[in-house]
Amino acid sequence: MRSWRRGARAVAEPLLECLEVSHTYRRGTPFEATALQGVTVRIVAGQIVAIIGPTGSGKSTLIQHFNGLLRPSSGVVRVNGMDLWAAGADRRRARQQIGLVFQFPEYQLFEETVRRDVAYGPRNLGLDEVAVAERVDEALRQVGLDPHRFGERSPFTLSGGEMRRVALAGVLAMRPQALVLDEPTAGLDPRARRELLDRIEAWHRQGITIVLVTHNMDEAARLAGHVIVMHEGRVVLQGAPAEVFGREADLRAIGLDLPLAARLVRELRRRGLAVGDALTMTQARRAILTALRGRDHGV
Amino acid sequence: MRPGPGAEPFIAVTDLRHVYHPDTPQAVVALDGLSCTIRAGEYVGIVGGNGSGKSTLARHLNALLLPTAGRVLVGGLDTRDRQAVWAVRRQVGMIFQNPDNQLVASVVEEDVAFGPENLGLAPAVIRERVDEALGAVGLRHLRRAAPHLLSGGQKQRVAIAGILAMRPACLVLDEATTMLDPQGRAEVLATIADLNRREGITVILISHALDDLLDASRIIALDAGRIVLDGPPHEIFDRVEQAPGGRLDAPAVVTLARQLRQDGVPLPPGIFRIEALADALVAARGARRG
Repeated sequence: MRSWRRGARAVAEPLLECLEVSHTYRRGTPFEATALQGVTVRIVAGQIVAIIGPTGSGKSTLIQHFNGLLRPSSGVVRVNGMDLWAAGADRRRARQQIGLVFQFPEYQLFEETVRRDVAYGPRNLGLDEVAVAERVDEALRQVGLDPHRFGERSPFTLSGGEMRRVALAGVLAMRPQALVLDEPTAGLDPRARRELLDRIEAWHRQGITIVLVTHNMDEAARLAGHVIVMHEGRVVLQGAPAEVFGREADLRAIGLDLPLAARLVRELRRRGLAVGDALTMTQARRAILTALRGRDHGV
Repeated sequence: MRPGPGAEPFIAVTDLRHVYHPDTPQAVVALDGLSCTIRAGEYVGIVGGNGSGKSTLARHLNALLLPTAGRVLVGGLDTRDRQAVWAVRRQVGMIFQNPDNQLVASVVEEDVAFGPENLGLAPAVIRERVDEALGAVGLRHLRRAAPHLLSGGQKQRVAIAGILAMRPACLVLDEATTMLDPQGRAEVLATIADLNRREGITVILISHALDDLLDASRIIALDAGRIVLDGPPHEIFDRVEQAPGGRLDAPAVVTLARQLRQDGVPLPPGIFRIEALADALVAARGARRG
């Protein structure tokens, strides 16, 4: 079953799967470093998945396997059932299907105008100019930039937040099935961060599967339906946010923490206030009011 | 450990104006006549949205940028004085957001030793400073690792250790915790607070997350290249969302406490941290029952 078989797959087939993927940098040299060890993850279409883990846990290495940018030292990566490293595998197609957005993607802008930068990917797909222009306009609108206002500007005259949106538009213009975002809100101010998270949720509602690498437990708790926890190149925990963030001791042991709301709940319970679970501040507010009023009214 | 009133300001910024690409169609006014003084030993948080000018201000504090107009004095030295540049940079250590550009050696401890070596210190002193600095950022176990194989967060902590090993009078951190994991961030913030409290190092922490600035003794908020708020944290936290620009959020606990007050829970002012909020909520329950 290792060979790539063209044709329809069962509906339950994950969009993306890594089976026992290991990755060693500089293998066979004194600088050999094992970044991934036997990682198995499945990303099902339509999910929002958060990948969390301390620095150096292998998150960034893992996502570079998702579209074949890195080749596993061992193990299999499949995108829509296609083994990316089987003979004749179409990795270009996988790269179009799985859009990878690195940390600070704005550093990778290079063209003279916003329009040309966003057009770079679609043009490489061999589309004609009309189709390219259509995709560029659509992608710029998806990131909230008016193509007429921004299209002819130099990306380097834009603010940092706008430049990041241009970089995201460049990936969206490929019309990927999944967006894999490495710390997408890093360096953005609170308003820009909120706007970007809202956009990510909107893209998800439009049918794009989202994989989010984040250090921000609050973001993971608020957005994700499935959380993957990495440590020292392995997946050490995965599940629904409530399950994963229920394992405080395990998370703390590897340098992570609970979302702020869950830490507040913990502090309240330590002080003898029986308060319900909460992973977001909105949930915490409700749980606290219930706990206080419940006491008052003897409910 | 603030020096008493009347102490000479360590940093004095007067009518500072900075224009990028001056006299071109792309000219951008990043700082628009900004004045402030920072005394030795202060822990100042500088907040502002993207494009507010906070990183530009940071770069003026160790003469990486020079004023288009106005003046910046550091320890009495004018940053425009070419002779003074290295003296200024030795006093003001700068940590940036992207550590990749800050690492120079092929082994972590060599990277940290790079600065002290250039100061011409004795090997034993260098050794001690490197150990201490790596301990302060929690990376002693990676002393022999290759920096380029570390993650972004680890690299950042190496960069911070490299500056700490120079024992500067002032640390300027420009969004330096952005890429760290939660405990790494907490460790770095605790380390910085400790350096400020115990060693009296002046700290200027630039961030757009007010949650990073709970340890600051003073917060300055910027918008469009100007100071729009300047005061102690408890005052700023309540006003920051109304500040011009509208790009900032109060710390999450401050916001939740405010909402709970609106819900009728009697909470005292000045709650920034979850422990304080938990204490106040338990007290509020007690008050209701009693």
